[in-house]
Amino acid sequence: MNDLWLYVAVAATIVLVGGGVVVVRRSRRTAVPPAPVPSTPAEPTATIQAVAPAEPVAPAEPVAPPSLRDRLSRARGVFASATTGVLRRSAIDQSTWDELEEAMLRADLGVSVTTTLLDGLRARVKQREIADPAALIRALRSDMTSRLAGADRSLAFDLARGAPNIWMMVGVNGAGKTTSLAKIAAQQIALGRSVLMAAGDTFRAAAGEQLETWATRTGAAIIRGAEGADPSSVVFDGVQSAAARNINLVLADTAGRLQTNTNLMDELRKVRRVAEKAAGVVTEVLLVIDATTGQNGLVQAKQFAQATQVTGVVLTKLDGSAKGGIVFAIETELGIPVKLVGLGETVDDLAPFNPEEFVNALFDE
Amino acid sequence: MFDSLSDRLGAVVGKLRNRGRLSEADVDEILAEIRTALLEADVNVTVVRNVLARIRERSVGEAMSKVLDPAQQVVKTVQAELIALLGGETLKITYASQPPTVVLMAGLQGSGKTTSAAKLAAWFKKQGRQPMLVGADLQRPAAVEQLRVLGAQIGVPVFSAPGDPVETARLGLEEARRLGRNVLIVDTAGRLAIDAEMMEQVRRISDTVTPRYTFLVVDAMTGQDAVTVAEAFNDTLAIDGVILSKLDGDARGGAALSVKEVIGKPIAFAATGEKLDAFEQFHPDRMASRILGMGDMLSLIEQAEQVFEKEEAEKAAKKLVDGKFTLDDFLEQLQQLKKMGPLQNVLGMLPGVGAQLKGAEVSDDQVKRTEAIIRSMTPAERENPQIINGSRRSRIANGSGTQVQDVNRLVKQFAEMQKMMKQFGGRLPSR
Repeated sequence: MNDLWLYVAVAATIVLVGGGVVVVRRSRRTAVPPAPVPSTPAEPTATIQAVAPAEPVAPAEPVAPPSLRDRLSRARGVFASATTGVLRRSAIDQSTWDELEEAMLRADLGVSVTTTLLDGLRARVKQREIADPAALIRALRSDMTSRLAGADRSLAFDLARGAPNIWMMVGVNGAGKTTSLAKIAAQQIALGRSVLMAAGDTFRAAAGEQLETWATRTGAAIIRGAEGADPSSVVFDGVQSAAARNINLVLADTAGRLQTNTNLMDELRKVRRVAEKAAGVVTEVLLVIDATTGQNGLVQAKQFAQATQVTGVVLTKLDGSAKGGIVFAIETELGIPVKLVGLGETVDDLAPFNPEEFVNALFDE
Repeated sequence: MFDSLSDRLGAVVGKLRNRGRLSEADVDEILAEIRTALLEADVNVTVVRNVLARIRERSVGEAMSKVLDPAQQVVKTVQAELIALLGGETLKITYASQPPTVVLMAGLQGSGKTTSAAKLAAWFKKQGRQPMLVGADLQRPAAVEQLRVLGAQIGVPVFSAPGDPVETARLGLEEARRLGRNVLIVDTAGRLAIDAEMMEQVRRISDTVTPRYTFLVVDAMTGQDAVTVAEAFNDTLAIDGVILSKLDGDARGGAALSVKEVIGKPIAFAATGEKLDAFEQFHPDRMASRILGMGDMLSLIEQAEQVFEKEEAEKAAKKLVDGKFTLDDFLEQLQQLKKMGPLQNVLGMLPGVGAQLKGAEVSDDQVKRTEAIIRSMTPAERENPQIINGSRRSRIANGSGTQVQDVNRLVKQFAEMQKMMKQFGGRLPSR
């Protein structure tokens, strides 16, 4: 650890403001009066109308869960059109590779995964193992599927390891942690398990209210803390309360945080540590990733895994036009399996991840 | 923010720095590096292709003809392209002649609309306007509640009514007129770009309140899909600009680079932190410098001016270059610097520091420890750290709850800084 930067920062800033470097600024005004530090608002903060919106009625009607294919078919495109283009030509040429590469990059697979996959295929084409465009497409599909094969995608629930089991939800802001937690709760309750939600997101305004709404809808118990309370203590209380009430699954929500914020990542470490100080045991740490996430998803997964030993990924919002290709890199480079995918707004739209369906959905017309 | 992109481009640029002349092969290599850098930064595939073509055209033509430092030429070209990509000039916000000036917020679920709406309201307030927020997101549980809490924090009234979002927006507009609020910011429900029904709803809200500005909130972490989303929203709503959220992470923000190119609308604002005042107008030229690892001095100076007392800082700077800067002065200036937000961010804006900072993280804990050590020193010790001997050292360590090594390090590094600054001082234009 080198604190020197601290000194440099202070010194450099002083010099910038007070020293002669002001010449850098050329056309800008040279003397700006120091702006007053914004104090507490003097204006009345009264809310004009504090009516809570009517809850959109969403009775979770048990419908047959939609297949990934149905859902994704709305968003098909990149691979389908590349495939069409590739198959139109009688031989494999440079534009074949360009088209495939572009489709893969557009699906957010990333440069490194794309290059690896295509290099493998190029070698096989060279060895005459793959001879025509149709075989090439088949090989790509099967390579992509096999990259995702073999992972254990079940959600760990084992009371022999300790009771209650604790499943933690972690992720960046806006990934869909709270909604995913609610859906998992509904499904676990349907499986006959008793569920308690611990509202560990004490930072975002009204996150507790949001979870409470879900608790009421799903029939789960809930433990909340005050806004700004220590999330570790809220989760700890939740676990204790679950143990006392013989509830065997605690779903712990946490505040969204960017993986670059070391303080908040430390806080998350602590939540995980403290969660096991009471009776229970953490059997799942689910990283929630938005399917629209680009290459930063890999960095997220790395950092969150380091802080909390992530056991699986929940890929949300796959019902948009995004492809979620970043999971290839996450699974193969970090070995973290995708366990669930979010395909829509209703409770049943959170489904187990199926690699074959996922890849098929990318390619299908 | 944009770290990795600036790292990558920085490496390419570094390689070029000592070349006298660029061959065609050099240019190819550079372009390949730039391509990977841009793709890994989530810049849209099509956009990457266009940019590379333009850079090639300009670098090959010019760099080959000029003898003078072709590397600089390429850097300049890349920078110019980046600035063009990011939107040219900063969007100038104007106000409706018939108040209120209505701003409509749209975007995908989880992109940060509600938080951005509140931050934007705080920004308008800082410009001397009287904003009001309307919560028309009746979809997500507690979204309106969230807006109300945020509104209370920044001292901006919030209006909402249950029922129909379009009607809520209309009532909000009436309420703003009645109360004489001159800026109205309408938060809408997050939606999927391909959900026709939801898009129709936001279009009807737009028809009802006739916004002067419609901002699309885009998450800086978005991948290739950002462009599809922006196109879909632009087709429905005629977007005026983009608000880039979550730019304080290490996302490379390629989405930011792509949207302007594809829908032709600039990035208007960027959210750079969780705090409600971490929200700035977007300056394409500064961001381009930042991407290329040239630092962002202008933003830094601007921020610094808001928190530092000018006269005090001038005095401190003089002391610094004269070698008379004491630990007491340091402590005092550190307090000012802390007001500018996380030190990590401040450091990132210093030219050349961004890349070197990778290994050395400056956490707020470190700052606290440093403060504790200095506060455990006597005035004489702060004036002249040379007098700190063994027993003083252990007293200071005990007093601040640190180790003797920590005290040693602080004293040593402070001396190093003094030395550096004295050297630096020689190069400063005298006043």
